[in-house]
Amino acid sequence: MKESISPSTAVPQPANLISERPPRRSFLGRFQHWEWMLVALVLLAVVVNTRLTPYFLNGQNLSRTSVDFMEMGLMMLPMVFIIITGNIDLSVASNLGMCASLMAVLWNLHINIWVAAGAGLVAGTLGGALNGFLIARVKLPALVATLGTYAFFRGIAYVLLGDQAGRGYPPAFTYLGQGMLPHTLIPFSVFLFAVLAVVFGLVLHRTTFGRYLFAIGNNENACIYAGIPVARIKMTLYVVSGFMSALAGLVLAARFGSTRPDIGTGLELSVITAAVLGGVDILGGTGTMIGAVLSLVLIGLITFGMGLKNIQDQVQTIAIGGLLILSILLASIARTISAGGVRINWRTVGLAAVLILIFAVFFFFFYWSRAPVLKAVFG
Amino acid sequence: MTAKNPTAPRSNPLRALTRFRELGIIIFILILAVVVGLRASDFLTLGNFRDILVDISILVIVALAQTMVILTHGIDLSVGSSIGLVAMMVAFTIKTDPKIPLVVVVLLGMALGAVLGTFNGLIIAVGKVPPIIATLGTLSIYRGMVFLYSQGYWIPPYQLPENFPDLAKGTPLGIPNVIIFAIVVAILVYYFLNYTRTGRDIYAVGSNPDAAQYVGIRKQQIIFLVYVLSGIAAGLAGVLWASRFESSQTNTALGFELQTVAAAIIGGVSIGGGVGTVPGVLLGALALGMINNAVTLVRISPFWEQAAQGLLILIAVVSDTLITRRIQRNKLK
Amino acid sequence: MKRNTFYFVMAAIAVLGMFLSACGAAATATQAPAPTSMPATMAPTSMPATMAPTSMPATMAATQPPTAIPTAATMTGRTYVLVPKNLGNPYFDAANSGAQLAAAELGVKVLYQGPTTADATAQITLLDSLIAQKVNGLAISADDADALVPTGKAAIAAGIPVVTWDSNIATGGTQLFVNQADTQGIGDSQVQMALDITGPSGGEIAILSATAQAPNQNAWIAVMKTDLAMSQYSALKLDGIVYGNDDDTTSYNQALSLFKTYPNLKVIVAPTSVGIAAAARAVKDQNLSGKVFVTGLGTPNALRDYVKSGIIPEFALWNVPNLGYLTVYALDAIATGKIKGNPGDTFVAGKLGSYTIASDGTILLGKPFVFNKGNIDTLNF
Repeated sequence: MKESISPSTAVPQPANLISERPPRRSFLGRFQHWEWMLVALVLLAVVVNTRLTPYFLNGQNLSRTSVDFMEMGLMMLPMVFIIITGNIDLSVASNLGMCASLMAVLWNLHINIWVAAGAGLVAGTLGGALNGFLIARVKLPALVATLGTYAFFRGIAYVLLGDQAGRGYPPAFTYLGQGMLPHTLIPFSVFLFAVLAVVFGLVLHRTTFGRYLFAIGNNENACIYAGIPVARIKMTLYVVSGFMSALAGLVLAARFGSTRPDIGTGLELSVITAAVLGGVDILGGTGTMIGAVLSLVLIGLITFGMGLKNIQDQVQTIAIGGLLILSILLASIARTISAGGVRINWRTVGLAAVLILIFAVFFFFFYWSRAPVLKAVFG
Repeated sequence: MTAKNPTAPRSNPLRALTRFRELGIIIFILILAVVVGLRASDFLTLGNFRDILVDISILVIVALAQTMVILTHGIDLSVGSSIGLVAMMVAFTIKTDPKIPLVVVVLLGMALGAVLGTFNGLIIAVGKVPPIIATLGTLSIYRGMVFLYSQGYWIPPYQLPENFPDLAKGTPLGIPNVIIFAIVVAILVYYFLNYTRTGRDIYAVGSNPDAAQYVGIRKQQIIFLVYVLSGIAAGLAGVLWASRFESSQTNTALGFELQTVAAAIIGGVSIGGGVGTVPGVLLGALALGMINNAVTLVRISPFWEQAAQGLLILIAVVSDTLITRRIQRNKLK
Repeated sequence: MKRNTFYFVMAAIAVLGMFLSACGAAATATQAPAPTSMPATMAPTSMPATMAPTSMPATMAATQPPTAIPTAATMTGRTYVLVPKNLGNPYFDAANSGAQLAAAELGVKVLYQGPTTADATAQITLLDSLIAQKVNGLAISADDADALVPTGKAAIAAGIPVVTWDSNIATGGTQLFVNQADTQGIGDSQVQMALDITGPSGGEIAILSATAQAPNQNAWIAVMKTDLAMSQYSALKLDGIVYGNDDDTTSYNQALSLFKTYPNLKVIVAPTSVGIAAAARAVKDQNLSGKVFVTGLGTPNALRDYVKSGIIPEFALWNVPNLGYLTVYALDAIATGKIKGNPGDTFVAGKLGSYTIASDGTILLGKPFVFNKGNIDTLNF
């Protein structure tokens, strides 16, 4: 017997049983998991590094090292938006290179640096628009489209600048990358990043546009049916990403005081790593700006600390890669355990033993096979 | 009144269309061949074609394995680093003991690659870490391990055994060995994907993971398997790389993984999983090789090369996707 | 609350474990590649007198490198850092062996650290870290002349003396440049060797360089281009310049593409030790020996077979360990205040004798030395 339930015929509820406010626990609950873990890791990193080297908690040093990560940070801000919608942008670093190269070419033609910089920003925005067009209108998968533009933009950078360099930028411009705020140790680029991070964070968490992003990430089709202008939003995201890449390009060029076409190569993977480590789910639908910023800080501290211990750059990435995997793995394990655990039977134990054996043999071979060569070379 | 049998398959037009799922990339290759052939007569020679094949052989081996991974809606970004690590470990080993038979060297490389792939598979299939993140992490870890292993030392050609370069470059059968390796791998993968139950299961897992599980396919095992296979392929590629280039450096094969993904995508493999064929991937790798080769022959300044490559990849990808979409749409009618 | 604590604890354990292992890795990773047995004996008995301005050391026996490498703070003596363009290249390893010799004589520590690839960004990050550790001196072979200027200036401003060697930083970023040989002389030698190979009838040549931004290669190429415009080299025609990025695979592939693009190519000039070896190998693999020749700058051990087989009739270099040796002495002279780094300053570089800084802020090791079949066996590095 199905009667339609209308408010007037609804079963009367005891007053306090059902709250009319939406459950707050889930949002705050999420916040307490990942972001607090990041805070804990940051504190741990500070403590461990301070113990390991006396140069870590030095204002000058921290100030100098922080600028190394700001370009990454600037590109990470729109990347968070893009990943939340379930897409990706592999072309950010190439876009950076293209814009910086355009600026360098114009500067070498004796055009005013600020006009050249402006041209670079326009170029980046257009590059982002190309991405947006391919993804929102032509409906190419984001990975595929940005893989193509990743190669294409870098190519344009080489066409523009070739084996030339842009150099000799005026101090007013290099201030962007090298300057400090007056009377402080805070670099200008850090200040710029902080301001933009707040702006992006507010847009993400406090505006309707931001809510749309989460919605698209969770269920794009439902959003289309609900009338959300999904294509237009995606286009906006990629255009903004292009603009921020160009801005990062200006900052990087200012930091170096010069530009070569290969500037910024490889940064895209670091940007994505930073975003994902910050709790942004690669499948879309979740993430916070504060988490992303925290993860940037964490990566910066760990990298800086390891550098002070003279750990080789290529080895440093082991820690970052490991951290990335571990963070998600732990969350996954915790979920499995709280969902009921894993059945431990002879088969699982046997499999685990075999795997451990395989890895043990591998590491044994690792050290055994290199010993004679290293002995011969290094003595 | 002619009674048409409604259940008989509509024979010629539709079947022809279905067969031409690779239509997009074939058209692209033909156009490229004609355009470049007109500008540089050396392009359409047998010798040049053989050079292209040698150039793409290693890419083919790894791209096929990458295809199997992508078919399950995954991706393996760590192949470049795996190649570098295996190449370094193998180079060290044969430097110490030059008498090791080449067969053992190849098997060693594949075994090492298998271990690396097992680690990937564990994290992804058991640990439920999304493949792009997991392999992004192992990309860094394996690349770092190359340095940990070699302490920065490079193995130069004159320290490798005499017979080692022949593994990839020798021509006992008239064409360079590395091409033969690629052909064998292609045949094996084709057979595996099309004629074995596990191979079809891979397609099923990618097409509709839930349905696959309901039907009884062991999704976890399939996903684990494809990463192990990817590791084995990377291991083989590592040995061949060290043999072809006669050296091993800390940044060997840096960035190679993106080329394998590009080859697969150009070849019609869908990034969402479940769609893709071996001939398509071969054509995709061929297209990449031709672009590389063409750009050299047409004497563009080296700085235009990269832009031309990027643009051509973009065009290839876009046109292939659009044409495939058109064909899929027609198939449904 | 239970869940959060769980995450916290797990995460803390994980990161702690990672740091402890990173420490372990640090101990092994900083066994800096200071190859000892590579130049087992440096007895260049048949070296011509034009090699160095003053007498050559009779033997350059390399010494044991320090086994544990603590950070600058715990050192009692001075600690310098020798920073090559990238690690792994035998050319730079050879320079380091000479540097270690000088370190032993001077009673200082010389660390050998560099980026993994010839990348300016990575080199800058490394230098920033060294500046933060307040090392006593930096000797840099720069990946990019301009990009390193701000970093060089910062080091000098922080009181850390900076000298460059092999590959220079632009003005302001360095106090002294130890050049292995006169830039003009190196460029001239490349073109001259190419002409020697082709004979008076000349032919087509191509240049296979390192990275597009490498300061030293670019300087030499500029000289080469000027030379090629002169009448005495008019028989040579420059087909093009390609970049191998000091990466073996890239250089090899670039050489292959040169054969395809320019079928009448006669000589590949590769002023980089990685490039020349890769190009020679490419010639051998494509069976072009006798049709295409290779010359340039390279290390003897890597090229011995090719010189003997005729693919590389001759190539040039200088005494690389001496370059490292001289660099450390120069750096030490500035660090201890013996000289200021101004033109006209003079200092003694151990067994190499005394050097005076030229008006352009450089000191020269000597003239480039030409290797061919006759003398290829005399050096071991």
